[in-house]
Amino acid sequence: MYPALLVDVAIFVLSLWVGFEVISKVPATLHTPLMSAANSIHGIVLAGAMLIAVTAHNAIGYVIAFLAAAFAAANVVGGYVVTGRMLKMFRRRPISADTVAANGSNLNGHRDTGRSA
Amino acid sequence: MSDFAWTIQIIYLLAASCFVFGLHLMNTPATARRGNQVSTAGMAVAIAATLAVIVHDNLISATGWIVMIAGALVGSALGLYSARNVQMTAMPQLVSMFNAVGGGAAALVGIHDYMRSGAAVSATMSVTTLLDVIIGGVTFSGSIIAAGKLQGVITSAPVTFPGARVVNLLLAVVGIGLGGYLIAAPNTALLTIVIVAALVFGVSMVMPIGGADMPVVISLLNAFTGTAVAMAGFVIGNWAMIIAGALVGASGGILTKLMADAMNRSIRNIMLGGFGTGDAAAAIAGGPGGDVKAIAADDAAIQLAYASKVIIVPGYGLAAAQAQHEVAALAELLESRGVEVSYAIHPVAGRMPGHMNVLLAEANVPYPQLKEMDEINPEFARADVALVIGANDVTNPAARRPGTAISGMPILDVDQAHSIIVIKRSMGHGYAGIDNELYVDPKTSMYFADARKALTELASAVKTLVG
Repeated sequence: MYPALLVDVAIFVLSLWVGFEVISKVPATLHTPLMSAANSIHGIVLAGAMLIAVTAHNAIGYVIAFLAAAFAAANVVGGYVVTGRMLKMFRRRPISADTVAANGSNLNGHRDTGRSA
Repeated sequence: MSDFAWTIQIIYLLAASCFVFGLHLMNTPATARRGNQVSTAGMAVAIAATLAVIVHDNLISATGWIVMIAGALVGSALGLYSARNVQMTAMPQLVSMFNAVGGGAAALVGIHDYMRSGAAVSATMSVTTLLDVIIGGVTFSGSIIAAGKLQGVITSAPVTFPGARVVNLLLAVVGIGLGGYLIAAPNTALLTIVIVAALVFGVSMVMPIGGADMPVVISLLNAFTGTAVAMAGFVIGNWAMIIAGALVGASGGILTKLMADAMNRSIRNIMLGGFGTGDAAAAIAGGPGGDVKAIAADDAAIQLAYASKVIIVPGYGLAAAQAQHEVAALAELLESRGVEVSYAIHPVAGRMPGHMNVLLAEANVPYPQLKEMDEINPEFARADVALVIGANDVTNPAARRPGTAISGMPILDVDQAHSIIVIKRSMGHGYAGIDNELYVDPKTSMYFADARKALTELASAVKTLVG
């Protein structure tokens, strides 16, 4: 028997159920930010990528360490930033029409209203 | 276990709790931003704890530090740049690329661990390592192909060749068979073949899938990435990675199921590919013929301006024409006249789950106006005008009859509205390749124009009309 592995498997299975419970309550309106948020969460692989650098002691090891760190960091940083950017756009009430018409000078400071028009 | 190791494990658990709580807060738009902040905080703590472990153990070489920091900086810069600059219409591509790099990093963790441990690795650890490498590899190449298709770099049409399924099957056999052999007899050279097989399988899995099925594919690859990260967590014994991976796997799994249900297709059917290329057009069972009634901007504007309730039905055509801002402007104009406006959003409107909501939110549409299919369908009967913009198959009443290519697909009950205006460039078919019976309904008027141009004309016609 491998008690450590058994614990890991138990954690994995229970986390799956927690995930199903929590995520099935997310409304369809937020499914894109949800997927993007899930994306940033799997950026935790950065922790594993950083540990590669510890045990790498030859050229191949360092290349793998570099690539893994770069991939995972892009995942974490990009994921959180883009999720935040999306969620900032969800408003209960619109900002006033005059503000929008005044080309992007708006209530929230740095929202890029005028750009994609 | 030392006190230090205990503390680190507790911190990882705390980080994982932040991920769960952050996802929980995403159950309403009002708290979702806070959810993302909680999740970010958890991630920062987990990364800090990992750094602490590296410093504490002090086994890392100077080159190791340089490589790690350089990699993290390059990756962060690329991630930050793309996240800041991506257009909301291109969100599916970006999410797909994040799937790719996440899966790729997870695979690299497994590859490194396998090469380092060599023959010393135990059989059980080999199983998780090989699963990590295979799933991560498939996700990496598959997600890049999916992103390429979404971006239009690779044709979005299904690409198949004779014997494609045989090749796929062969790749799977090579990957799994060799993987099984490697568990019994660790061998670094053979691992390379497994990696190559996984990468090629990722490509050949996504290539035959058509553009319309992308919401399902992205969700599925998201689930794969989560699973790969969880496997990487098994490999290095990191709870935060196992929990986070399982959460993402669950999220991707749920979204995959929702998307497949919304298209009334099984996941197996989508993965085998080729939707809209077969003889679907021949399958129309007695669709009523009839004349199409065209309408001009002025008449459409009269209908809209004097309605008391208007439901806007946006489809991907709206996003493709970049007309989100124009539709929001028209809606605001109508609302200022006291018209009740809401948006009916089909689950597969757009190129990924919930895509249309983000596009409309970007155009400053308040989220309480964005209604899900089940919520809005009973309201169509009370609507004076349903304004359909760039949506096709999801409004086709033929889905309610058996024997058509889209039979059984859940649709928006647009035909229940008192009158219907469809903005469309031509009478072309949707992805299912069949005629839309809504267009020949006597209540329907067709406004043939580009969505953006049509909406601008409508808005100015409404303005002139009501002064």
